[in-house]
Amino acid sequence: MGLQVQAQPAASDTQTTRTEQALWRRRLPGLLVETWLRGQAALLYIFLYAPIAVVVLYSFNNSRRVMTWGGFTTKWYYAAWTSPDVTSSLQISLTAALLNAVLAVSLGTLAALGMRSAPRWLRIGFEGLVYTTIITPEIVVAIASLLYFVSLNISLGLQTIVVTHAVYNTSIVTLIVATRLAGMDRTLEEASADLGATPFGTFWRVTLPQLYPAVLAGALLAFTFSFDDFILSFFVSGVGSTTLPLNLFSRLRFGVSPIINAVAATMLTLTLTAIVIAQLVLRKGARGTRVARVEEVAGG
Amino acid sequence: MRAVSSLPFTERVLILLRRLPPWAHSFVLLLPAVVWYAVFFLGPLWQMVLISFAQRGPYGGVEPGFYLDSYQELTNPLYVNVFAVTLKMALIGTLACLVIGYPLAYFLATRAGRYKTVLLLLIIVPFWTSFLIRTYAWETILDSQGVLSNVLQAIGVIHQPLQVLYSPVAIFIGIVYNYLPLMVFPLYVALERMDKRLVEASKDLGAGRFATFRQVTLPLTLPGVMTGCLLVFIPLTGEYLIPTILGGSKNIFMGSLIANQFLEVRDWPFGAALGVMVMVLLLVLVNIYLMVFRRVQSVPGL
Repeated sequence: MGLQVQAQPAASDTQTTRTEQALWRRRLPGLLVETWLRGQAALLYIFLYAPIAVVVLYSFNNSRRVMTWGGFTTKWYYAAWTSPDVTSSLQISLTAALLNAVLAVSLGTLAALGMRSAPRWLRIGFEGLVYTTIITPEIVVAIASLLYFVSLNISLGLQTIVVTHAVYNTSIVTLIVATRLAGMDRTLEEASADLGATPFGTFWRVTLPQLYPAVLAGALLAFTFSFDDFILSFFVSGVGSTTLPLNLFSRLRFGVSPIINAVAATMLTLTLTAIVIAQLVLRKGARGTRVARVEEVAGG
Repeated sequence: MRAVSSLPFTERVLILLRRLPPWAHSFVLLLPAVVWYAVFFLGPLWQMVLISFAQRGPYGGVEPGFYLDSYQELTNPLYVNVFAVTLKMALIGTLACLVIGYPLAYFLATRAGRYKTVLLLLIIVPFWTSFLIRTYAWETILDSQGVLSNVLQAIGVIHQPLQVLYSPVAIFIGIVYNYLPLMVFPLYVALERMDKRLVEASKDLGAGRFATFRQVTLPLTLPGVMTGCLLVFIPLTGEYLIPTILGGSKNIFMGSLIANQFLEVRDWPFGAALGVMVMVLLLVLVNIYLMVFRRVQSVPGL
C-alpha cells in the first residue's frame, strides 16, 4: 500500500499528504502495539537476568565490599567450597532432596495410577485433598508441622524436613503423572493383559515405560523444590540439620558477601548442567520407550 | 485347574487381587498417599486447630484447653489491618503480574516464531537459582549505594541516591520478579491453544485490533487468566521472604506476623489461630472466585 502511494504521480501534493496521513493514522496503532510487545518482552528479559548477572559478576569481585569493584578473582569460590559449614549443609540439602524425591515419586505415581480407575466419589475426594495441600500456604504448613512434631515429641531434623517436603511434592508428582496417564493409550495395557501378563508385569513392562518422562519430570521438580525450599525447612529443621538455603540465610543476615555469590553461581551452573543432562536422558528415554513398546507388543 | 490353595503364595495373592472389584485396586494404590496425607498433612492441620484454642503458657509453652482468647485477639484492629494490608498487597501483586505478564505471553505465543522454545526456557532459567539469593540480589541492585542507583545517577535520571529499598515498591519488584512465570505460563498455554482463525474472522468482519482483543482474544484466554491469578495470589497471601528481605521492618504482612509468633513472641496459640484464619480466608476467597468466574464464563458473548 505504501508503494502504491509513492507510485502515484504527484497529481496534487496536498492530496498525497492527506492519503499518507490517513495511512499513517491507520497504521500507527498497529506499529505502536508491535513496538510495545517487542520492547516490553526485551525489557522483561533484562529484568529477569539482571539479578543473575549481578550475582555472577560480584562472585568474581576482588573486594570485600559488595558494592565496589576491586578486580577479578576466583578466591571466593575457593573460600566457599572449602568452608565446612557450606559443604555440610549442601550434603544435608542433597540428602533431604533425594529422599523426598524418592518418597514423593513412589507415593505420587501409585496415587495417580489409583486415581485412574477409582470410582467418582473416591477420585473427587482424593483430588480435593491433593488440591488442598497445594492451596495451603507454605507458612501455614510449616507452623502446623512444627506444632505437630513438637506435641508428638518427634525430634526435629532431617527426618522432619523430608516428610514435610514430601507432602507437597507427592501432590505435584500425582498431578503430573495423572496428566500423563489421562493422555495415555490404554489399549497397550489391555493387550498385555489379554496376552497373559500379570498385572504387575503389565505395569512394569508396559505402563511404567510410558510413564517414564512424567515420573522423571516429577522427580526433578520434587528434588528442586526441596533443594530450594526455605520456609518449611526453616521451621521443621533441628539444630544439627541446616540445609543450604538456611545456611545462606543466616550468612545473609550479616549482609551479602562475595562467598554467597560464589555459592549461588556454582549452584546455578550445577543446576543448569543437571537440567541439560536430564533433558538428554529424557529425550533418549522417550525414544527408548517407543522401541520397547513395539518390541513388547510384537514379542508378547 | 489346580485348587487355589496349592499355588505359590505370590500367585495366590495375584489371583485374589484380580477377584477384587476394580475400586478396591484403586483403593490399595491410593492408600499409601492417603495415609501420608492423613499423618503428615491433616494431622498437623488438626493439631494447629487444637492449639489455636489452647492458651499461652507462662513460659511460652502451650496450656491445652478450650479458650477463645487467641481468636479474640484476632479482632484487634492492629491484626485486622495486617490482614487487610496483606490482601491488598496480594491483589496488587497479582494484577501487576497479570498486566506485565499478558503482553509477554502474547508476544511468546504469537510473535516469537522459531525462538519460542528458547525464549520460554529463558523465562524459567533464573528460577533454577535459589529463591533466597535471587531476592537478595535485588537488595544489592536497589540499595541506595547499589548498581542501579549509581547507573541512574551517572546518566542523570536521578540526582540523589535511589530510595526504593525497604519500600512497597521494592516489595512489588520482588513479587513480580518471583511470580511472573507462574502467571506467564498458563497465559501462554491459553493463547497458544486459542483458535487463531477466530481472530482472523473477527478482523475480516471489520472489527479493529482492540475490539478483536477485547471481544475475542481476552474472553477466550480467560481460563488462563484465572489459573495464573490463582497461582500467584494464593502463595502471595503467605509470602514471607520477599517482604522480610526487601520490605524492611515497616512492612509487616501475614506471613511475617505468623512467623514472628514462633520465632520471637513465642505465642503459639495465637500463631496457630492466625494460621487457621489464613486457611479459612483462602478457602472462602478461592471458592467465591471460582463461583464468580464460572458465572462470568457462562455469560454468552462476553
